[in-house]
Amino acid sequence: MAALAPLVEDRTQLLERGRAPGGAKSRLGILVVPALLMFLAFAFLPLIGVLVLSFTDWDGIGDIGFVGGQSWVEVLTDPGTWHAVWLTFAVMIITWLVQTPISLLLGTFIAGQQRYRAFLAVLFFLPLLMSSAAIAIAFKSLLDPNFGLSAGLHLPFLAQDWLGDPTLAFVTVIFVIAWQFIPFHTLLYQGGVRQIPEQMYEAAQIDGAGRVRQFFSITVPQLKYTIITSSTLMLVGSLVYFDLIWVLTQGGPGNATRILALDMYIRGFQANQMGAASVIGVILVVVGLVLTLIIQRLAGRDLAASQMEGM
Amino acid sequence: MSTTVATPVTAPPKVSSAQRRRVKGRRNYVGGLFAWLWLVIIIIPIYYVVITTFKDQGAYFTQNPLALPNPPTMTAYQEVVEANIIRYFFNSVIVTVGAVIPLVLFSFLASYAIVRGNSRLLRVSRSMFLLGLAIPLQATIIPIYLIITRIHMYDSLGALILPSIAFGIPLTVLILSNFIRDVPRELFESMRLDGCTDWQMAWRLAFPLTKPAIVTVSIYNGLNVWNGFLFALILTQSPEKRVMPLALWAFQGEYQVNIPAVLAAVVLSTLPILILYMVGRRQLLRGLTAGFGK
Repeated sequence: MAALAPLVEDRTQLLERGRAPGGAKSRLGILVVPALLMFLAFAFLPLIGVLVLSFTDWDGIGDIGFVGGQSWVEVLTDPGTWHAVWLTFAVMIITWLVQTPISLLLGTFIAGQQRYRAFLAVLFFLPLLMSSAAIAIAFKSLLDPNFGLSAGLHLPFLAQDWLGDPTLAFVTVIFVIAWQFIPFHTLLYQGGVRQIPEQMYEAAQIDGAGRVRQFFSITVPQLKYTIITSSTLMLVGSLVYFDLIWVLTQGGPGNATRILALDMYIRGFQANQMGAASVIGVILVVVGLVLTLIIQRLAGRDLAASQMEGM
Repeated sequence: MSTTVATPVTAPPKVSSAQRRRVKGRRNYVGGLFAWLWLVIIIIPIYYVVITTFKDQGAYFTQNPLALPNPPTMTAYQEVVEANIIRYFFNSVIVTVGAVIPLVLFSFLASYAIVRGNSRLLRVSRSMFLLGLAIPLQATIIPIYLIITRIHMYDSLGALILPSIAFGIPLTVLILSNFIRDVPRELFESMRLDGCTDWQMAWRLAFPLTKPAIVTVSIYNGLNVWNGFLFALILTQSPEKRVMPLALWAFQGEYQVNIPAVLAAVVLSTLPILILYMVGRRQLLRGLTAGFGK
């Protein structure tokens, strides 16, 4: 192999010299066209479109008329919007606080090597197979005060109107989100823990570090990048938890669980105010972008740059 | 496995193999207790869903919700089959296959071009796709609805396929280009000297060498499309165009009192993925964390 290397280099140089400038490149360009066109038409154009539509009074059916910043003023002076913003951040922060420690602990645990831990892992990942709609429907019937879990276990305190009371509905939404997404993040952490060199634990053990100490001094710092990835996905992903909450509560009762994503849908497709809904869409895009940038700045690692290297 | 492999260079000589095995394999009571508790939280809803589907409506209202069905019946499944669920199931199959094949194909070609070339068009494309990674694209559903209605595709399965392809491209291109970049340059150059075109190199060299990544991204995107709800909600209307997640939601509205039938639909919608999980668990889990793992 080593003997061949100079030969290959030689040939490469020959090739570089012999290549007509730009000839091969233009042929390569054709290969990107289908993906680029699809992305432009159904992702990039809509991205521009949401900004443009936020300055219109489109009702979803008729003609599109420009009305300047009218929708913006309407939406930004509507207390409902700020309630939705507040709820969105509340869901974001609380689900992050709930999911991160649990996923971290479970991921570390099932990365261990006993057989039964592998067995547990198989069951832990089951929620990953279900759609948000399926999970929401399952929980709706499970939480039924008369025919659900409370009746099955004969535990009257579980017989609450889980989705009918504003506070309980919020708690329920958080719980079901955690139920759905903790398995995914557990999977991420399991993969992360398995990459930690065994020798680090051996050395720590020789130095007399207990398990708790090892967890905080080795496992957690070594998982830094896993924690960043997982947190980014949780925080930015929470902006678009639509399916689950929509099927569970439709934003209710009242507007107790009407986060921005639902607010956008309800304004657009139920109230036929596509202009106002587009304002919410723009807000979501901006919040998502800003959030990604902040996390990367805080984490001291430019994820976008490292992703760019990858491309 | 790694604990049993002797690593004389790095392993401190003081550690006996028995000690070493204990490092990761020790009993962890706190973690264990927590893990079993979580198992209960995961299993109860799944157990409840499965057993309820084998009850009829009478049993649902009279028996203990967590008791095994006695006698078990298939009434619920019969009812959802009569409610046309097979059709919705195949709608989902059409949308998933119809989106994933072009999505992976286009992304593969784009990744190949982005890795191998350096023209202005390719650099612009790369920036576009990176932008797509950083933005919650679901925030753009309103213009997507506008575009789909203007090209007269509202209420068709194609309306679900097109944006699904576009939304999947950024991450798929990112993952595939990472893999294509790992193909040794020399292999490409020697093929070029043999007179191969880029098209031939993409298919005869890059494609076989990136097959594991192609499987991974296909699973990842397949799951996303199969479980997708939002596009179906805003871009289709008539019952015969329903895909499974939307059908679940519609059933829930129509059969409010027939919980066993609603849950039977839930089970049927998850079944293909469950089968995939049983035959190729590793592949499926790798697909789920596509691009995020490690």
